[in-house]
Amino acid sequence: MSSTDTDNADGAPATDELRNSLVEGLTGELHDGVVASHLLPGRDLWVRVTADAWETAGRVSRDLLGCSYFCYLSVIDWLPSPFGRSMDSSVDNLLEGVTAKEPEPMTHGVAGGDTRFQLIARLYDVHRHVGVNLKADVPDDTLTMATWTKLFGGANWHEREAYEMFGITFAGHPSLRKLYLPGDFEGYPLRKDFPLLSRMVKPWPGIVDVEGMPGVADDEGGE
Amino acid sequence: MTAISERQQRAYIASQAADMRVNVELETEGMTLNIGPQHPATHGTLRIIVKLDGEQVVAADPVPGYMHRGYEKLTEVRTFPQVNTLINRIDWLGSFANEVPFILAAEQLMEVEAPPRAQWIRTLLFELSRIANVTLFLGDMAVQLGAVTPVFYAFRDREYVLNLIESATGGRFHPNFDRIGGLKDDLPKGWIAETKQVMVKVNAFCDELEALLLGNEIFNVRTRGIGVIPPEVALSYGLSGANLRASGVDWDHRRDTQVGLVYDKLDWKVWTHPDGDSFARYWVRLQEVREAAKMVIQLCDGLPSGPIMAKVPRIIKVPEGEAWVATENPLGEMGYYVVSKGDLVPFRVKIRSASFNNISIVPWLLRGVYVPDVITILASLYFILGDIDR
Repeated sequence: MSSTDTDNADGAPATDELRNSLVEGLTGELHDGVVASHLLPGRDLWVRVTADAWETAGRVSRDLLGCSYFCYLSVIDWLPSPFGRSMDSSVDNLLEGVTAKEPEPMTHGVAGGDTRFQLIARLYDVHRHVGVNLKADVPDDTLTMATWTKLFGGANWHEREAYEMFGITFAGHPSLRKLYLPGDFEGYPLRKDFPLLSRMVKPWPGIVDVEGMPGVADDEGGE
Repeated sequence: MTAISERQQRAYIASQAADMRVNVELETEGMTLNIGPQHPATHGTLRIIVKLDGEQVVAADPVPGYMHRGYEKLTEVRTFPQVNTLINRIDWLGSFANEVPFILAAEQLMEVEAPPRAQWIRTLLFELSRIANVTLFLGDMAVQLGAVTPVFYAFRDREYVLNLIESATGGRFHPNFDRIGGLKDDLPKGWIAETKQVMVKVNAFCDELEALLLGNEIFNVRTRGIGVIPPEVALSYGLSGANLRASGVDWDHRRDTQVGLVYDKLDWKVWTHPDGDSFARYWVRLQEVREAAKMVIQLCDGLPSGPIMAKVPRIIKVPEGEAWVATENPLGEMGYYVVSKGDLVPFRVKIRSASFNNISIVPWLLRGVYVPDVITILASLYFILGDIDR
C-alpha cells in the first residue's frame, strides 16, 4: 500500500539517509498507516498517513524519531475555488449578475490525497536538524480527527484555529472553541467555498498589476 | 551549575512556603480578572482572562483575535509579489524579516536563486530588522518592571537603525523591498559607512543596558526564577527563537538551516541560557543584538559586487508544488508553507508565526504565579500582536 517517490533537487545528494530513516521509522511502526511519502533529498520530507494513524504518527515521530518540536498544524482545502480568483473579474460580479463558476476537478499536492480536506503538521528534530511534514486525509463524512493535544501542548491553539477556519473537529480536544472569531460567527472562512465578500462586490483595483504590457506576449515578460 | 541549582532550590522552598501560607492563613474567594484588550500593561490588544485566588493565578486564558486580519485568506486572491505587502504587517517591528521566508519559498518553487549580492544585502537587512525589533524589547521589558528610562534609550537608538532601513528601502517600518529573484534596489551611496557607525551606537546601547539592568537588584528579583519553562515543555508548545534558547535548547535556523542567506560565511555565536526564566530570555536577547551588530559589520565588509536581481519573468507564475521555508526571525521561527498550482496567486499559504506558538504556552506558564509576575512573564516572552493574530 505504501509508495515512495523521490525527486532530485538540483545539486542535492541523490540519497538522504537521515530523512530516509524517518520514513522507515514511521513505516516500521505504522505499517499500512503510511500511505505515501515524498522526499526531496537534502531539502524536505512529506509523509501521508491514514486518518486512523494520525495520533500514532505524532507519537512515533515525537518519541521514537526525535521530532519533539511542534512547529504547526493546519489544514489544506483542496477544493478549487468555485468563485475562481475573484481578482480575475474586471466587472462588478454582483451588479452584472455573474454566478459562481463550475468547479474545476480537484487535484492534490505532494504525497497525494483522496479527500477534500487534508491535515498538515510539521514536526522537527532540533538536534539532528531535520523535519517531517505529516499529512492525513480528513474523512469527508465526519470531518473529525484525533487530537494531538495530549502529545503536544502547542497543538491546542492550532487545532482551535483549524476548527474555526475549516470546521474540522478534533475528538478529545479539551476545549474546542473559536480562537480568533467572535463566538456567533457563522461559516468557516478559510474554506475555498467561503466567498471573500469584498472581492465579490467590487473588482480588485490591483488587477492592473497583472495585466500584460502592450505589445508583450502574455506571461513571457520582458527583461 | 551549582549557583543555578542553589537558586532553584531556594525558589522551590519559597514556593512551598507560599503554598503553606495560602493554605493555613485564610480561605479566599476566586475572582476573575480581565487584563486587556485595552490595558497599559498589554502590548497591543491581547486580552487575558485570569482566575485569581488571592494574588495567585489559578487559570489564565488568552483571547487573541482583536486584530485578526485574515491574511491566509487574502493571500489566495493576491499575486505572489502582492502578498509581500501583506506579510510586511505581521511582525511590524521587524518587517523585512517577514518578507524573506516567503520570497525564499517562492524562489524555491520557481528554482530561482538570488545573486550573491542580493543574498548578502538580504541578510544585512534581516539582521538590521532584528536589531530594530529586539532593542525595543530590551527597553520595554524594563518598563514592565517599573523602570521607565531604558525604553527612551531604546527608542533613541532604534531610530538610528530605522533611519538606515529607511534610507536603503524607502520604508521605515514596511520596507516591501524583497523581490522574487533579488531585491528592489541596490544600497544607496555612503550607506555602508553610516551603518558601521550606527553599529557602534548599538553596541554602546547594549553595554549601557547591561550596566543599568542586569546587575540591578530589583531586576534580578523580579526575573530570576520567574516563569521557568523547561526545555521539553518549550519544545512541546513549539516555542522558538530566544524563548527556546533561553531554555537551553541550542537551535538556531540561521546556523542550522541553509535556505539562501549567508550566515554560514559569518563568524558569530548562538547564545543559550540554561535557566529558562524571564532573566534568561532577556539575557539571550541582549546577546543576540550584540551578535547581530557583529554580523552587520562583517556583512558590510564582505559585501560582494554584482547584480541584485536574477533573471525572472516580469509576470510571475509560480510552478505547481509545495514548499516550506522558515527563518530565524526576531521573534522566533517564522515559516510559510506555500502551495502553488502554477498560477499567479498562491493556492494556500500557511503562515507559521512565532508569537502564536510563543503565547500559546501562557495558560500553562501562568498557572500559580503572582499577579505582578503575569506582566513581566508576558513581557519576557516578547510577542507582537500582529504576529499572533495575522
